[in-house]
Amino acid sequence: MIAAFALLLAFQLAGEALRVALHLPVPGPVIGMGLLLVYLIARRGPSESLRMTSGNLLQNLSLMFIPAGTGVMLHSARLFDEAGPILVALVASTVLGLAATGLTLHFLTRKGKQEGSR
Amino acid sequence: MNPESMTEIWVYLSAQPLLWLTLTLAVYLLALALHRKAKGHPVVNPVLVSVSILVVLLLVTGTPYQRYFDGAQFVHFLLGPTTVALAVPLHAQLKRLLAMGGPLLIALVVGSLTAGLSAYAIGALLGASTPTVISLAPKSVTTPIAMGVAERLGGLASLTAVFVILTGIFGAIFADGILRRLGVKDDASIGFALGLASHGIGTARAFQLSEQTGAFAALAMGLNGLFTAITLPWLLPLLTPLLK
Repeated sequence: MIAAFALLLAFQLAGEALRVALHLPVPGPVIGMGLLLVYLIARRGPSESLRMTSGNLLQNLSLMFIPAGTGVMLHSARLFDEAGPILVALVASTVLGLAATGLTLHFLTRKGKQEGSR
Repeated sequence: MNPESMTEIWVYLSAQPLLWLTLTLAVYLLALALHRKAKGHPVVNPVLVSVSILVVLLLVTGTPYQRYFDGAQFVHFLLGPTTVALAVPLHAQLKRLLAMGGPLLIALVVGSLTAGLSAYAIGALLGASTPTVISLAPKSVTTPIAMGVAERLGGLASLTAVFVILTGIFGAIFADGILRRLGVKDDASIGFALGLASHGIGTARAFQLSEQTGAFAALAMGLNGLFTAITLPWLLPLLTPLLK
């Protein structure tokens, strides 16, 4: 478990290093995710311990957003002042984004019929 | 125990990172238990429930957010390695992802532009202030990318972080209901839409639905982060004169 965790940190570190060195607009962990994917393809899959550790972390992905989410309290003044436009813009654009993405993918893959996804 | 020693203990503990770290985990476990009790109903979202409880706790005890974060940062830190770990489910679904490469890329472009530009346009048309509107545009992508993009365009990074979280919670709660009503029922489309429109929190919700759904969400989150970081900085200035 520690070895798997160290591997995840090492890929994150490599991602951060690449981001700084190449001035990439994407955060280090996302680059690290890409690097780990390449590594997994080369290695033909994760080790059992990496699979378990990743599974455990991902099962609790919600937990990792709680500290940043609690920061909502710092912006209560602006959120109240502009509550109307903010609420409408957030809700409407998220619904539109969800619908546009879901419907596009749904129709493109259904037409092809190559994918019996369910 | 007399009240004075209780106060003394509180004063000591509330200044330690241990207290708020422990409370963050305890509140999360409570939120998970509630989520299970509600049979996984999306409105009992673990992030929403936990954040609400913690904000009330902090306000009631008069604890500044910075002191809370001194403890909670250890949990926050895990977001990095967990993001890296998304590569594992991505790899497990790789064949399917590659077979759907074309449709996924088209859905990415359509969905990303719709989510970002509509947030900006609606906010601007309803008269929100300029920093607010700019901070709204990248709200569908993962926090660090969104903050970076907003800052470069003249928005407020910390406000963007709030919009990102609110968008994530909203999507996690309502996405599968909305999509099902539209007739979108396959796990690939639901997952990809969740990850694209609601980043990590949507991805966490997608993993509650199934591992396949989660893998598509993780891919969409990564791709939309990349796409938004590259396109939004030159798209927004083009849109601004049209709305004035």
